[in-house]
Amino acid sequence: MTTKNVHVKIDEMKTNAGLIKNLELSIGKVISDNWTEPMGPTPMPHISTLRDWDMKLLNKYKPFYMPDCDLCCLCTYGKCDLTAGKRGACGLDIGAQSSRIVLIACSIGAATHTAHARHVVDHLIEKYGRRFPLDVGGLNVKVEAPVTRLVTGIKPETLGDLDEVLTYCEAQITHCLSAAHTGQEGNNLDFESKAFHAGRMDQVGMEVADIAQISTLNFPKADPEAPLIRMGIGSVDRTKPTIMCIGHNVVPSVGIIDYMKDSRLDDKMEVVGLCCTAFDNTRYYDRAKIVGPISWQLKFVRAGFADVVVIDEQCVRTDIFNEAEKVKAPVIAASEKNCMGFKNRTNDPADQIVDDLVSGRVPGVLILDPDKVGEVAVKTAVKIAPIRRKLNVLPSLEQVKEIAKTCRHCNLCQRSCPQDLKIPAALKAAAEGNIAPLTALYEECIGCGRCEEACPQKIMIHSLIVKAGEKELMSEDNLCRSGRGAVSDVEIRSVGGPIVLGEIPGILAVVGCANYPHGGKDVYDICREFASRRYIVVTSGCSAMSAGSYRNEEGKTLYEEFPGGFEAGGVLNVGSCVANSHIAGAAIKVANIFAKRNLRGNYEEIADYIHNRLGAVGLAWGAYSQKAASIAAGFWSLGVPVLVGPHGSKYRRMLLGRSDKPENWEVYDARTGEIVNTGPAPEHLFQTVETPQEAMVQIAKLCIRPNDTWKGRAGKLSHYIDLHKRHYGCMPPDIHMFVRTTADIPITMKDEIVPILKEKNWKESVIPDPTLLPRMIRKQKE
Amino acid sequence: MSCEPWQCAEIAATKKANPIQKPEIAVAMIKKASRPLLIVGSNATQRWMEGKQLIDYIIDFANASKVPVVATAHMVGEFLKRGYQPAAFMTAMDIGQRVVDPTWQGIDGKGHPDLVMFVGLPYYMEALILSGLKHFAPDQKTMTLDNLYHPHASWSFPNATLEEWANNLKVMTSKFNEGGQ
Ligand code: SF4
Ligand code: SF4
Ligand code: SF4
Repeated sequence: MTTKNVHVKIDEMKTNAGLIKNLELSIGKVISDNWTEPMGPTPMPHISTLRDWDMKLLNKYKPFYMPDCDLCCLCTYGKCDLTAGKRGACGLDIGAQSSRIVLIACSIGAATHTAHARHVVDHLIEKYGRRFPLDVGGLNVKVEAPVTRLVTGIKPETLGDLDEVLTYCEAQITHCLSAAHTGQEGNNLDFESKAFHAGRMDQVGMEVADIAQISTLNFPKADPEAPLIRMGIGSVDRTKPTIMCIGHNVVPSVGIIDYMKDSRLDDKMEVVGLCCTAFDNTRYYDRAKIVGPISWQLKFVRAGFADVVVIDEQCVRTDIFNEAEKVKAPVIAASEKNCMGFKNRTNDPADQIVDDLVSGRVPGVLILDPDKVGEVAVKTAVKIAPIRRKLNVLPSLEQVKEIAKTCRHCNLCQRSCPQDLKIPAALKAAAEGNIAPLTALYEECIGCGRCEEACPQKIMIHSLIVKAGEKELMSEDNLCRSGRGAVSDVEIRSVGGPIVLGEIPGILAVVGCANYPHGGKDVYDICREFASRRYIVVTSGCSAMSAGSYRNEEGKTLYEEFPGGFEAGGVLNVGSCVANSHIAGAAIKVANIFAKRNLRGNYEEIADYIHNRLGAVGLAWGAYSQKAASIAAGFWSLGVPVLVGPHGSKYRRMLLGRSDKPENWEVYDARTGEIVNTGPAPEHLFQTVETPQEAMVQIAKLCIRPNDTWKGRAGKLSHYIDLHKRHYGCMPPDIHMFVRTTADIPITMKDEIVPILKEKNWKESVIPDPTLLPRMIRKQKE
Repeated sequence: MSCEPWQCAEIAATKKANPIQKPEIAVAMIKKASRPLLIVGSNATQRWMEGKQLIDYIIDFANASKVPVVATAHMVGEFLKRGYQPAAFMTAMDIGQRVVDPTWQGIDGKGHPDLVMFVGLPYYMEALILSGLKHFAPDQKTMTLDNLYHPHASWSFPNATLEEWANNLKVMTSKFNEGGQ
């Protein structure tokens, strides 16, 4: 890296003057620059440094706002009615307010990942020291931190270096959030630009968290053969004491796994996880199991599988403690961000805490020392498992029928259900002895529990659905590849060319949460479709689990059917939420390693490269969280389009291109400086799709880039046309916008396409060396 | 019939849709419009009434009223299978964004629609798009033909049963069949 603190830490030292304890000294900064790459124009950008770049994108992809609320109630000047152009007491209008909400969401997301990184890095520095070297993939990964290098201009080499990177992110996120204060920013596009900035910080924060844990905890290092992990309740030996870890931060789980192994209990217990903690557990210990995505917490806890529930941070149900109490499973809160009202027992003797939990004297405790979490969780699980005998609160089928009879058919449950599930009708059938309609709800129910909150009869609707789907639940036993971490430089070298030239038709990143409109099968179908078409399919987080939860005709999961490398037709799981940074990292590395563009503090140029040349699309089919918003913002800022499923419309703002406005699709030809119209490629930066069929057609289209070679474009068009015909039953009406010369036309489709071109008065155009940045234009040679 | 938003958390807005108490009223408004447009979402094949899919009711209505249809999601294929050619198809967000733009000249390039109708989108998506139109195109008249009350529209049918819905759509179709456009 460029700068280094001289840092001295003395725990205890006897001197003539007396005893010195806990002395820490930081002396100045010493420059030790062994990174020869020249510094680009924007190292450590501030909130307005990249504003011009953001505005270029925001001008091309204009926000389409859909306010969820007519009012603003963020300060006591209000509430203010902002309907249809009215301004609030501070002068704000609904456009600015809508973008302000986007900024707030992205800042929360970025703060969450960065605070996660801060906890992980501080903890690991304490454990391994500041000088512990970073190692993301041995000799195969020289560009260890592409996002960090790009944004900050720092090349981190040790854990201590990451500290400085985080300090920068923390300051920037504070600036981003402060812009949302009353009477601060007032222009919608400026709010948007700051949301992009939050997204950039988010990508850095995620990368720091993941490379710190990969380096120290010996996670798979850019490994296409990362182990296949058993997933689903059917894979868990329910006779063994079971610890269920929920959340995102692996540190407490490491305490659990270490203690369990040290006590030689690893054959006698199960450690299972939900959401990203599950992934990171398996990256640390390949016999840990994944039970499912985040939205399934309620059903797993209610079904009584967990003897002890350990919660860390992010996306944990805030009522998990009430639910666990009902099945007499003690809860250990292990993150200071999520104390759940429990008494802090960090400094109490472990055995005393275990006694209190096993006897039920306390339903849960807060323990902020991961090693103690490990000891308490393991000992408690071993002691309590025989007492609990896997208590569950699911009713019997006979009880389901009786409870269903108490339904008054008021419809309030259905009207509160985000999926609009026909609960009253299913209960009517159940009351009459037909359980099938209730079972049919199982796959689509996202386990939010809103129906129960609405029910005047206090019917435990979700429990009834889970009981009706119990057979399915118990038979869930699939395989998911453990998170492999980064994409190696070697892989980038072999696919960089084919991607940029368009010969690999695209990279599809299927990421995000499990707020699906109709269950996880859609994720599997979409991944399989594109892997079969030899796109590179990258997964992460809960989507990676859903992708592995179904099997093909031969009984193989996706991760068995397709290779785990970053290659045409590969399906690779990078890992948990924070591993999403490797997806942006791979794109950045294509620009750096394949195209030999400098990374260091050179954000605009690299984003411009990625936007115009790299056929990558993100799909967050079930996105729900603020973190998903900030992850998306990091991709928008790099010019990578992101699609969300129908629930994603509730982010309330899309970034849409207008294919009917040719003036929006002009780029410079860097060779000549001439302006060239490239057509709507890519057409959108943030778009909602309603159905999986629509998602597939849009994905194929959004992989088209101005830079595609003829062969590459022809390949991409043949996928687009093929999917369009299959799902829409006709030729795409905009095909003429994507044909630049007749060489772009897929040979087998010539007869269909040529007449359309004639009808549309199509004219041939050139393939530019595309850029949105005038400074990239090279001088014309005479 | 109730004029509560169908989804409980979709708290009514400060400006709420006028309820359409009778299908004849909707017909009168559509007839009054010179450039109506109907946007049809993916629930068109998910909702069944009296053994017939919503999309088939819509096709009957569109044939009778001659209101041009924009299909969202993959509904174009479903329309084509049934021998009906929609005027256009695009994502729900794309059509929403075009309607918000006062300079947009409509599907046929001959002028901005003066009445935009919605039917069959997922409730929350339709609610959000209608909110976008209410706020950013305040003069745009919008109407929903669903059986679920949408507060952000200019006019919406109240919450109604499937039978009532089927009846509303049939009456609307018949009124156009009777009196021509
Ligand atoms: S921030 Fe502005 S619009 Fe919001 S409540 Fe306060 S004065 Fe009203
Ligand atoms: S809210 Fe309760 S009583 Fe009303 S329909 Fe639903 S289950 Fe029945
Ligand atoms: S728990 Fe399931 S059924 Fe109940 S409201 Fe949520 S998604 Fe609907």
